[in-house]
Amino acid sequence: MDLILVNLIDGLVTGLLLFMLSAGLTLIFSMMGVLNFAHASFYMLGAYFAYQISLFLGFWVGLLVAPIIVGVAGAGVERYGLRRVHQYGHVPELIFTFGLALLIEEVVQFIWGKSQMAYEIPEVLEFTAFAIAGNSIPAYKIFMIFMSVAIFIVLLYVLTRTRVGMIIQAALSYPKTVEALGHNVPLVFMGVFGVGTALAGVAGVIAGPVLGTFPGMAIVLGSIVFVTIVIGGLGSLWGALVASLLIGWITTFAKSYNIEMANILTGIGISPPENMSESMFRDLWTVTSPQIADILPYILMVLILVFRPYGLFGKRDA
Amino acid sequence: MTDTTQKAALSRPPIITLSNAMPWIVATVFLALMPVIFPSNSAITIMNQMAITIIFALAYNMLLGQGGMLSFGHAVYMGVGGFVCVHVMNYVEDFGVPLPLPVLPLFGGLFGMGLALIVGSFSTRKAGTVFAMISLGVGELIAACSVIIVAFFGGEEGISGDRTYGLPVFGVEFLQQIDVYYLIAFWLLLSALLMYLFSRTPIGRMANAVRDNPERAEFLGYSARWVRFYSFVASGFFAGIAGGLFAINYEIVTEENLNLAQSGTILLITFLGGVGFFFGPILGAILFTLLQTVLSLQTELWALYLGALFVVTVMFFPGGLAGLIMMHTMPLKFGKLGSLVGPYLKTLVPGAIGILGLAAALEIVFHLRHAALGDSEMTLFWTTFDSHSVAPLAIAVIAAVGGFWLAKRAAPGMAEAYHAANTPRGGSV
Repeated sequence: MDLILVNLIDGLVTGLLLFMLSAGLTLIFSMMGVLNFAHASFYMLGAYFAYQISLFLGFWVGLLVAPIIVGVAGAGVERYGLRRVHQYGHVPELIFTFGLALLIEEVVQFIWGKSQMAYEIPEVLEFTAFAIAGNSIPAYKIFMIFMSVAIFIVLLYVLTRTRVGMIIQAALSYPKTVEALGHNVPLVFMGVFGVGTALAGVAGVIAGPVLGTFPGMAIVLGSIVFVTIVIGGLGSLWGALVASLLIGWITTFAKSYNIEMANILTGIGISPPENMSESMFRDLWTVTSPQIADILPYILMVLILVFRPYGLFGKRDA
Repeated sequence: MTDTTQKAALSRPPIITLSNAMPWIVATVFLALMPVIFPSNSAITIMNQMAITIIFALAYNMLLGQGGMLSFGHAVYMGVGGFVCVHVMNYVEDFGVPLPLPVLPLFGGLFGMGLALIVGSFSTRKAGTVFAMISLGVGELIAACSVIIVAFFGGEEGISGDRTYGLPVFGVEFLQQIDVYYLIAFWLLLSALLMYLFSRTPIGRMANAVRDNPERAEFLGYSARWVRFYSFVASGFFAGIAGGLFAINYEIVTEENLNLAQSGTILLITFLGGVGFFFGPILGAILFTLLQTVLSLQTELWALYLGALFVVTVMFFPGGLAGLIMMHTMPLKFGKLGSLVGPYLKTLVPGAIGILGLAAALEIVFHLRHAALGDSEMTLFWTTFDSHSVAPLAIAVIAAVGGFWLAKRAAPGMAEAYHAANTPRGGSV
């Protein structure tokens, strides 16, 4: 029971981190119809910028400034890159963001090198918040949960309760009409792209010290983020939240409970092959759940796509 | 209406004309002569690599260029084809089945096709973003499986085989690289021809229609989904053949052959070559393999240059290299190609100097930051200097800024000359 609680917290941290990335991605997608392949790269940039700033001014200034720089960079990419490619159609847009992801990774390697940066959590948060049956929960995890929940609430408030949010929502569905009413829709697009990438930047700043700040960090998380928004339904904010938490918990539980395939197979009445090392199915017999934890999201995605092609919360006409 | 169609049908030109067959004859002669011109082992290794990449890039372009489907996981089909071929190779060696090596890629192709049949059944329902995402997910899934399912994928060290198993085929034992070269060249010609012919069949033509306007194709009575599905399956087949040839050439296939990076590389190659024309991917594959072998020996930053080149291509030349070349068919027709040389030189030479200057500056900065402590000597463009002194960096920056400035100044002239060359003599269009 205690272990379940610990795992719930761990999964929540992973899920909320994923959500910070997927929220921006899904927002950008529903607005411009383009999947930003370089989204995880902005997450990486956030971590690196924050690391560089924290060397001089400390963690908290980095947390404040790095996302803003990332957001400005994202807005610049939209203004000078995506808007230009937009005329060629959606597929070139996707290829452009893919190229951008490659380029950002190379640029990061050019500036900071290939090794992991010594980006640490601040000393203020380096203590154990509380312990559950001997399993200590670091304060930094609680901090991460609070940060993500706060950002989500602010995002939800801005989108649904303010004038800016109304214009954004209107521009999502009827960009032409909103433009005719005198709003600068390209500027709205640029702003959304900037805010979306800044969100990814925030995720990078707070995840960098825990998950490591290295040039491969974008690839590690990148495809999982796509899987998340496909499972949640492209363009759905609630779907992104549910799918993020689902993936966070599934992977955490699969990693901490060692479920062996051999037990399941013998449980349903199949006896193990005589000569295990020669059998064609030897890998099936030796598979354990921690081994496949990282591919569970992909399996889930394929299943979702086969049985419910529009994702959990996607609209039928997506 | 019926009259004209009948007439057209009667007076239809023969399907195979000399001008149709010419490129293929030239290609055959060219492929046959290449090892004679470049007989060294390293050259043949590069050519083998090139030919395999060409088949794969052409197969990829069946999706991207002809079908409008962007796949982020196409290396999976090539990789699986390769794995199957190595397994068949080992199986034949162990059990002594009389299966000659040259037909081996067929197995790769069939298994690639089989996998494409399964994946395509749900991934081709939609084109565009959804298709791209599914291809990415499936690609990641299979790449991740390759470390878990050790029996088939061999874990991290992969599966290796021996191509010199069994009886010699017409006295050829495939011990030497050159034998393998001719085997690969044969498969290259055959698959390229088949892929070209596929693009001429009604289904290939419908793939173009579905790419450009799926709704209209649906109204004409074609199912966009099935048209995409057929292209996808055919593409999987040829990717599998490329994989089989890879297995024969290198005698080892690993997880690296089907991961996301490999899928990204083939997208890059195809796009740089140009997706709009059949020969685009061929150009891309040749250019990329050359760049890879030459640049990666010269500089550690080659991936950075490649990424920059790719982004610039997507932004400014969406037609790729083939598109750039085909932009000059009209001036050629009007006989005005000569008038372009001057303006082109005026822009491109300073531009090239600017790019080289920028690259030099990047190299110097990179050396300054990442070289071992005390190592301050570096060699660039056949000159050796101290990377910590200011002069080389200043020269590089001046060359970059000056080059780009001159190129920018001459660019309007070049555009004007291009427009002039596209208008026929003595009048407007």
